[in-house]
Amino acid sequence: MQISRQERELGKFVSKLVRDLRERAIEFLLFLAACSSVATTVAIVAILIYESLAFFEKVSLLDFLTDTQWTPLFADAHYGILPLVAGTLVTTAVALAVALPLGTISAIYLSEFATPQLREVVKPCLELLAGVPTVVYGYFALLFVTPLLQKVIPDLPGFNMLSAGIVIGIMIIPFISSISEDAMRAVPVSLREGSYAMGATRLQTAVRVVFPSAISGITAAYILGISRAVGETMVVAIAAGLQPNLTWNPLEPAATIAAYIVQVSLGDLPHGSLEYQTIFAAGLTLVLMTLGLNIVGHFLSKRYREIY
Amino acid sequence: MSGKENRKMRGIIARNKLADGIFAIVGLLSMLVGLVVLLALLVQLGIDGLQRLSWEFFFSFPSRKPAEAGILSAWVGTALVMLVTALAAIPLGVASGVYLEEYARKNWIADLIEVNVTNLAGVPSIVYGLLALGLFVYKLNLGESVLTAGLTLALLILPVVIVTTREAVRAIPSSIREAAYAVGASKWQVVWDHVLPYSTGSIITGVIIGLARAIGETAPIITIGALTFIAFLPDSPFKSEFPYISFSWLQAPFTVMPIQMFNWVSRPEPAFQLNAAAAGIVLTVMTLAMNGIAIYLRYRFRRGIKW
Repeated sequence: MQISRQERELGKFVSKLVRDLRERAIEFLLFLAACSSVATTVAIVAILIYESLAFFEKVSLLDFLTDTQWTPLFADAHYGILPLVAGTLVTTAVALAVALPLGTISAIYLSEFATPQLREVVKPCLELLAGVPTVVYGYFALLFVTPLLQKVIPDLPGFNMLSAGIVIGIMIIPFISSISEDAMRAVPVSLREGSYAMGATRLQTAVRVVFPSAISGITAAYILGISRAVGETMVVAIAAGLQPNLTWNPLEPAATIAAYIVQVSLGDLPHGSLEYQTIFAAGLTLVLMTLGLNIVGHFLSKRYREIY
Repeated sequence: MSGKENRKMRGIIARNKLADGIFAIVGLLSMLVGLVVLLALLVQLGIDGLQRLSWEFFFSFPSRKPAEAGILSAWVGTALVMLVTALAAIPLGVASGVYLEEYARKNWIADLIEVNVTNLAGVPSIVYGLLALGLFVYKLNLGESVLTAGLTLALLILPVVIVTTREAVRAIPSSIREAAYAVGASKWQVVWDHVLPYSTGSIITGVIIGLARAIGETAPIITIGALTFIAFLPDSPFKSEFPYISFSWLQAPFTVMPIQMFNWVSRPEPAFQLNAAAAGIVLTVMTLAMNGIAIYLRYRFRRGIKW
């Protein structure tokens, strides 16, 4: 059977068309997949705002921001977010007091002092710290760190923010040390050599040359660590007690925003009730806090970035 | 230079060297703090929990009597939830990563997606729980089920999968792509036959790290209302008669390992805390093993590839 030239041309045209169509379809599908992350963000914001609006129809924003009690589950209900914010800030502050110095010093040591062999071994081990489930850290804070602290501070209550904060701090060390170290190692060797040539020691080079040059990466590491500490839930829920408590004293028990959300979710939560809406209002506060942090960090790292 | 200045200079040098030496020790110590704590944590878990680890512990349901309680429903729940998470997160994450790296033009949409992925990685995990509670449980009526939990954790680890896919794909030299184009391959053929197979190793590493994180996540699962006391198993995904596969387990109520552990930790009786330690050992060994495998794979792939 003879196939005419026309038919052959048509066949070529059709197969090219099919191939083009398939390519377009695949590209479109991949694009949709890439949009899923944007959709997630939109959905998070939409859900939080939608449920919070319902909450603020019943509770005034002024009460929410200024009332010093948070007792939505009691008969005498108060809806002041301050105690939860205070708890969150105190545990975060304790965590940062542990993690920032230890993480930064570890990063400087790993990047500027350690031999390559030591670094190859220690860095993965430190990263394993980030792999331990948070609920296990909670157990550790409640049954190991708190009893240990009680030997030093005898009248420390069984639930307290200090031990939760310390454990969160240790948990976020790898975030800070690992990313800061990457940033410091990315600083060109020529800068270090210039400093060494002027007679500077390793420490002087690290602190005055490498650290400032890597500051934008280090800020990013700090911000990620702080975001983790602010949003950490299980350690606080297990080791810090679940009582909202407006205090700045880390030796006392208190609840954080995230711990409150978990506590309420543990009970039976009627959909659409005011209690149900409180966790979304609390969640919105948490998101705004981390968002604020990220924006501040972004500008700080822009402001102090050293161009080399 | 006079002798006096010379001595002064030597003094400064000696002081700087001393500071340098002291910092080397301080640095070593502060690095050790993290490692010592990790060790203390493992030892503490081991001391408390090893006595409770036994065959029965793995194959008993939770119980009101601490000595008879086990983690059967917890680890089965974890396995099923992880299956859903992997099936949802891997295709979605790899597809997004490939799109951003191979297809996306440099425009504001690509920038938006990129900034968005970075920011999602910093969102507290409990917020994903709220999203799931509002969206999956009540708006889409999926209920407090294995499916909801799996999808929630998939969203949570999506940024990890996307970022590692992008890095893996970026590491493949463009000469490979050009060679494929030169013999007439279409874009998708280049991606499917060359780019993806060569980056599989690194992508798997990222997926394992993501899943290890998902296994340990507690807060979002509590938020969607997983039950803490479950003394039955979901329906089996396999059936003896046609069509051999059943999906009713997707809608089943469930519990997972970290929730079981949390439940035991928060009880006042010390006997339950031993159970918590035992569950903690299982959980920690699982996540550390997964992280260890990922680190090993990353090390091997980095060594093995020579373009």
